[in-house]
Amino acid sequence: MTEEEKYQKLKTIVQTYLPDDVGVDQINLESNFTQELNINSANLVDIVLDVEDTFDIMLENEDMDGMLTVKDALAIIDKKIAKK
Amino acid sequence: MMKAGEIISRLPYTKPFLFVDDLLEINKSGVVGSYTFIEDSDFYKGHFKGFPVTPGVLLTECCAQIGLVCLGIYLLADKITNEAKIGLSSSEMEFLEPVLPNERVVVSSELIYFRFHKLKCKVKMHNTNGDLVCKGVIAGMFKVTDDAE
Repeated sequence: MTEEEKYQKLKTIVQTYLPDDVGVDQINLESNFTQELNINSANLVDIVLDVEDTFDIMLENEDMDGMLTVKDALAIIDKKIAKK
Repeated sequence: MMKAGEIISRLPYTKPFLFVDDLLEINKSGVVGSYTFIEDSDFYKGHFKGFPVTPGVLLTECCAQIGLVCLGIYLLADKITNEAKIGLSSSEMEFLEPVLPNERVVVSSELIYFRFHKLKCKVKMHNTNGDLVCKGVIAGMFKVTDDAE
């Protein structure tokens, strides 16, 4: 899977949990999930669970704590895929 | 293993907003508990005018207190301080039968997942005739001691 494919897949997941007042076009690599995309902590858990299913990986509490932006999420996904 | 009485004592609710009388069963994958909606509750005076029926929001609350909060306290056990701190994050309910004053209901809940402090459960409420009163999916976030500031 290329980096671009991973990014698109992640974007599709995140899109599902965006509040009504945030558009898909507002998602970029630097977007902060809670501060900028306005995703609440409960939906962030759902994003993590969808990421686990989509990329067939498992995330731990500390991974979730370090997952502030879209870029952070992609780095964690890469790290977990590499460890498989 | 935590006992029913201990779990109920750690609920962050009290009268008139405690909707758990007893827990009949509890294990890692679910819980069964009961509550009787008492006749002289204030809300019956207004819901509805001259025709008291338990409001759906309170059926949801009862499902959440038994099905989500009691189960969460059981699962977290030592990871929470005396009383649990929880925020309901979502509920999607369907209501099928009315619950009248003094009716006893039994709530059963089945764990969907408990990850990253978020507990999501499938809940069902039955009346004493065994009819399904309401059902749905409820989720909430627990605050645990290790992330207290």
